Order: sequence, then C-alpha cells, then structure tokens
Amino acid sequence: MEFLLNTGTPVEKFIVMGIAILLFVAVMAIVLFLTDRPRMPQWITVLAFLGPAAVLVVFGLVYPAIRTIINSFRSDNGQEWVALANYGDVFGNSALRLVLLNTVLWVILVPLVSTAVGLVYAVLVDRTRFEKLAKTLVFLPMAISMVGASIIWKFVYDFKPTDRPQTGLANQLLVWLGFDSQQFLLTWPWNTFFLIAVMVWIQSGFAMTILSASIKAIPDDIIEAAKLDGVTNWQMFRSVTVPSIRPAVVVVITTIAMATLKVFDIVFTMTGGNFDTSIVANEFYTRSFVRGEGGIGATLAVLLFIMVIPIVVYNVRQMKLAEEQR
Amino acid sequence: MSQATTVPDVPGPAPTKSSGPRKLTKAEQRAVDAKTRLSSPWASVIAIVIAILWSVPTLGLFVTSFRPEIDIRTSGWWTFFRDPAVTWANYDAVLYGGSTNFIDVFVNTIVITLPAVIIPITLALLAAYAFAWLDFPGRNMLFVAVFALQIVPIQITMIPLLTQYNNWGIVGSFWPIWLSHTIFALPLAIFLLHNFMMDIPRSLIEAARVDGAGHVKIFFQVLLPLLVPAIAAFGIFQFLWVWNDLLVGLVFGSAQEVAPLTVRLADLTGTRGTAWHLLSAGAFVAMVVPVTVFLLLQRYFVRGLLAGGVKG
Repeated sequence: MEFLLNTGTPVEKFIVMGIAILLFVAVMAIVLFLTDRPRMPQWITVLAFLGPAAVLVVFGLVYPAIRTIINSFRSDNGQEWVALANYGDVFGNSALRLVLLNTVLWVILVPLVSTAVGLVYAVLVDRTRFEKLAKTLVFLPMAISMVGASIIWKFVYDFKPTDRPQTGLANQLLVWLGFDSQQFLLTWPWNTFFLIAVMVWIQSGFAMTILSASIKAIPDDIIEAAKLDGVTNWQMFRSVTVPSIRPAVVVVITTIAMATLKVFDIVFTMTGGNFDTSIVANEFYTRSFVRGEGGIGATLAVLLFIMVIPIVVYNVRQMKLAEEQR
Repeated sequence: MSQATTVPDVPGPAPTKSSGPRKLTKAEQRAVDAKTRLSSPWASVIAIVIAILWSVPTLGLFVTSFRPEIDIRTSGWWTFFRDPAVTWANYDAVLYGGSTNFIDVFVNTIVITLPAVIIPITLALLAAYAFAWLDFPGRNMLFVAVFALQIVPIQITMIPLLTQYNNWGIVGSFWPIWLSHTIFALPLAIFLLHNFMMDIPRSLIEAARVDGAGHVKIFFQVLLPLLVPAIAAFGIFQFLWVWNDLLVGLVFGSAQEVAPLTVRLADLTGTRGTAWHLLSAGAFVAMVVPVTVFLLLQRYFVRGLLAGGVKG
C-alpha cells in the first residue's frame, strides 16, 4: 500500500488519483447493488443512501468540533484543564484584543461596502447595452483565488521611494497628484482598511449578481406606477428599488458577513498578520500551526463559531419574515 | 422545512416574457430608461470608475507577467504601452525553474481537485435523494442538522482532524486533502442538491415506482438526467472552491510532494515578496483554469448562487 501514500512523479500521482476515484465508485456500487433488492427493509435503503455522507459528516465535522470546544478549556499541550484561562488570555491580551477589533472592522465594513457597491453597480448597468460585459468585469474576481487577488493588490500597493520610478499603481497615482509615496500595509488602522478593500473587491461581484437578479424581478407595474407619479431616478432608487429588494439585501449582507468572518487567505498572503493586521481566522492558524499554542488556537476557533451564530439567527429570522409577508 | 430553508425572495433572472407585444414595449421602455439613467453624467462616471477599479489591477499584473524582469523592477507596468517588450521568460522561470517548479504543483492541484469534486457530489446526491424521496423517522430533524452544519467554520475541525490523520499515518499524501474537502463540501452540497431535487414533480417518481423500478434505478434513470444543471451548478462551486482553496491545502497538504498551487504561491509571496516577475506569472498560472471554466460556465454558476449556494 506504500505507493498509495508516496507519490513522486506526476504519472504516479495521476494513477493514485484514478485509484481513489475507482475505489470510491466500486465501494458505492457494491453498497447500492447489495441493498437494492425488492422487499429489502426500508431502513437498509436509507442507510445505503445516507450512511456514507452521515459517517463522514459526524467523523469530520461534529466530532472534531466537539473536541475543539473541549480543547479550548485545556492547556496548549492539551494535558490539563485550565477552565476559562484561554478565553481570559484572548480578551485580556492587548495584541489579541486588537485581533478581535480588526475582525469586527472586517465583519462590519466588508458586507456593507460590498453590498453598496454591488447594488449601485447593478442598478447603473441594468438593461444597458454593456450590461453583460460590465457585469463580467466585476464578477470575475470571484473566480480568482484569494491568494491571486492578494498578489494582484499587493502589486497595486507596491512601494518605491517618491523620487524613484514607481511600480505600484496606487503610489504612482499619489506621486502624479503631487504626494509622497506611501507604505500602504505598514500602519494600523490604514493597513487593515487596505486589506478590507481586497475582500470588498472579491465580494462585490456576488452582491451584484444576487441583487441584479432581484432588481430584474421587480414587477413592471410598480415601476410604471412610480413613473406616472413623476419620480426622479434617485427617488425611484430609494423608494421603489431598495424596498422591493430588501430581503435580498439582507441575505447578501449576512452571507458576506459569514464569509468574511472565516476568511484567512488575504491577511495570510499580504501581511502574514504582521503590522497589527491579524484577524481571528488568521490568528487561529498562526497559534495552532505555527506557534503550537493549541489551547489559544482552539479558543479562537470556538470564538469564530460563536460569532457566526448571531448572523445566522438573524438571517433565518429575516427569511421567516419574508416568507410570512408573501 | 424544505421550503423554509430555501433562500427566499432571490428569484432567478426574470424570464423574457413574450406574452404579447405590450410586454415587449415595457421591456423596451426599461431599456430606454436605462439609457437615460446612464446618460446622467454622474451615474456614468460612477459605473465607469467601478468597472476600472475592478479590472485594471488584474490587467496590471497580467501585463507585468509578460515584461522582462529588469523592466518590472525599474518602471511601472503602464509604461509598457509606450515601448512594449514581451517575454515568456517569467512563465518559463516559474513553471520549470528549480526553486519554483510550478508545473509540479499544477499537477498536484489537478490531482487534488478532481476527486474532491466528484466524490462529494456523488455522496451528496445519494444523501439528498434519501432526504427528498425516502420516508424514515427523524428525517426532518436530520435535514435541519445538516443545514445547520453549514455554518460550522472549518477551522474548528482542523486540529482534531489532523491528529486523526496523523494516527492513521496518511499525512503527507493526497488522502487527507481529498477526505477533508469531501467532508467540508457535504452540508452545502446536500442542502443545494436537495433543493433542486424537490423541484422535480413527485408524480414522476411515483410513476416510476408503480412501474416497479427500485430506488437505484429511479435515481440513475429518472432523476440524474433531470439534475444535470444542478450538478453542473454545484460542480462549478466545488471546483472553484477546491482549486482556489488555501487553508485546507496549507493544513493538510503542506508536504512538498502534494502542496497545491495556492500554497506554493502564498509561500512565494512570503519568501520572495518582491520577485514580481515570478509572482505575476505564478498568479496567472494558478488563475488560468478557474477563470476559463468560470467564463464558459458562468450561467450555471449564477444559477447555483441564486439557489443559495454560498460557502464560507
């Protein structure tokens, strides 16, 4: 079995990949073949269809989550109980408090700014000649990895002294306007805002797509009625468009907020969490896998989980409300 | 419950209605409105500024990836248009250069992605079938539990999972990466595919059952052909997610022989953060496949988004 674990050449890798897929198909085929008989008790069929997924989810999500929650009450090496000491550390340590503050900035700013940009853009390009192209431009960052997006923006922020030829676009603009070039990623809180801009750049396309679809679904009658009343474009936007798509806006904001809480790639790639830019998701990685502080790492993961819950509850309640209205 | 869990009020793109000439004039009217809206100067300025902000950074790095190393260090990419000098050297260096060798990592990413897309979709299809068409006690409660699991941040599972993989002695191979991606994909996949499955008329399944078809036969012959768009929608999600993932790759696949593109690229940013000739070319090597797939299959991707498929 050694060759299944040790793959050197590309050919070996593809062979092991093929084996993995075939193995999976074979196991599933056998399970389905054995259980798909007439007069088989229903529970066996259910087990065959649901069992594999259920086993994986319990093994890989439920059980580890419970273990991590327990570990957050234990010391870094997992040997002894420390009660709430890890939580005390997270809230008591000034560096970690800054991490929490940064996370709050991310979770508030990214959803609001992305949704605003997405909404305005969706309204502006709606039913214009360039709609398709214009939307693809803003949508495309969703296909790029966050590592790729981070590199794209790190290059925009690239620093050269003012008197040298600039290579970063942002600094070149500053120099053209007569300012000195800046180290965008060095000073808090500005560096955090410049990192947030990258996430906004990625998420706006998502907001635009969802909101554009709901704008198109506003009934023509409403729009025509408003027209007869002689509303201006701005009034139309504020009093007709926005109220009509409010449920979609809520879904978009909460969804982006959840994604933002868990995002790790941008901070990791652009600053590595240095210069006071770290956020919970990044700090979790650093503590758990770089510094070997398992207790603090587990605590941060649990905090991440706790922070998601109110957003989800709000989201579900809004969905219920929206459904009752219909 | 199935109704309560779909994302409401985010209807798909309005179908172009063709129920008579009157509708058409309305659509035209809105197109005319759009024109007047964009002809107001501020609106056009805002739209153009956004379009530029969203495309020029990528364009800049793209142009850079084709410039000679010395040019990249001494002048901005915008000067390229004044005197263009084009080279493949950066791509050559990043793909085959001894220290980067992206061609190897490119293979790793493909090897990681294919099973990590095929396996969870298959498992989720079967599970969604059970939730949609089989009756068993506790079904609704179990489905709510799966729905709720979507919000578990994957970070919370990582250390115990890694310990387990270590005990099994499979760390450093592709198996932990495939397994982890499969596990993390399941809740969303089951939820989404279940929603799509509920749209299939019950009478179709009943008819097949009356004809004496077993569950496996119904699944493969009746449901699967109807579910192709849904599978495509989720398939693209999962493909983009796995191909672009950094965290899972970093935690479960940091070993040299299995590390995916994103991990090597992030590593390169950390160790050689000013080697823009390598970073720019490397970034586009990593981007070319997902961007192509995305542009070709955008329609399905949007459909998946509108059905509530979002993963954090």
